[in-house]
Amino acid sequence: MQILLNGELREVKPQTSIAELLDQLQLDNRYLAVELNQQLVPRQEHASARLAEDDRLEVVTLVGGG
Amino acid sequence: METETTTADPLVLGTHTLQSRLIVGTGKYASYTQMQEALAESGTECITVAIRRERLIDADGNNLLDFIDTQRYTLLPNTAGCFQADDAVRVARLGREILLGLENPGADWVKLEVLADTKTLLPDPVATLEATEKLVADGFQVLCYSSDDPIVARRLKEAGATSVMPAGSPIGSGQGILNENNIRICLEYLKEGDPDYPVIVDAGVGTASDVSRAMELGVDGVLLNTAVAHAQDPLRMATAMRLATEAGRSAYLAGRIPRKLYATASSPAEGVITDQPR
Repeated sequence: MQILLNGELREVKPQTSIAELLDQLQLDNRYLAVELNQQLVPRQEHASARLAEDDRLEVVTLVGGG
Repeated sequence: METETTTADPLVLGTHTLQSRLIVGTGKYASYTQMQEALAESGTECITVAIRRERLIDADGNNLLDFIDTQRYTLLPNTAGCFQADDAVRVARLGREILLGLENPGADWVKLEVLADTKTLLPDPVATLEATEKLVADGFQVLCYSSDDPIVARRLKEAGATSVMPAGSPIGSGQGILNENNIRICLEYLKEGDPDYPVIVDAGVGTASDVSRAMELGVDGVLLNTAVAHAQDPLRMATAMRLATEAGRSAYLAGRIPRKLYATASSPAEGVITDQPR
């Protein structure tokens, strides 16, 4: 199935959890926050939150800014 | 009048106490190393950060957080890039989530920016007010980037803002404080019956004298980024900004003399041995 990950289409297996996806992306979740369909998903829920077709996922981090 | 002899004069913003009155941004430096050194030179304890999409392609790219001692600095996440109140609320929550993961004390506050257009980067006052109400209701301590309009500033305070941060001039413009009278009125309105309410000049600083001038007006702190990051020598400018903050604050506390049109001699008029003109 396809999801929209940070604005780009991405193929993921059905029922993939957010934690599994971050793992596949080799991302350290200490530095990240995740939003699913414009709702924040706290890190303690990453393992239980499952992705569905056409989900829009945002994975953000901190960058320099004023 | 009692004289304050103590040198401890911290900036208190809600539940946060900072020894430096300068808040410095982390954007636009030539390198992360330069940023690190400039932050150290500035003497700041509080640095602003932005929230952006993780770049998923170049996984070897350095992360800002690899260059920031999160034990030393309180992070202040901003909502830069938001043009709608609801987007600012989303971004603020994402920032809080990241800072909770870092166990940084800045997890409970946000520098709220809801902008109106990309040309001026001026804040949208209506959307800023709306976002302030929502974020306060969600438990945030909200530091509001605002225009220098005293009425808007007062409305933001009434909505529960922990601090109102009027712009001296547009973001990154380096024009300093364009309307000192508005900053004065903001200070009067926001501190009326509440002298400890913190007011910070955020944006527009070009050089050290802009910082001193702001502090001399009686603002509680200054937030800047570009003036240091894009100076020809950012480290030296960071030092200048630290000194300017301290100089301006001390001058404010010392109480300046009134301006007079004519001269007043510093040496005694009595006992002069020369003829005096009439």
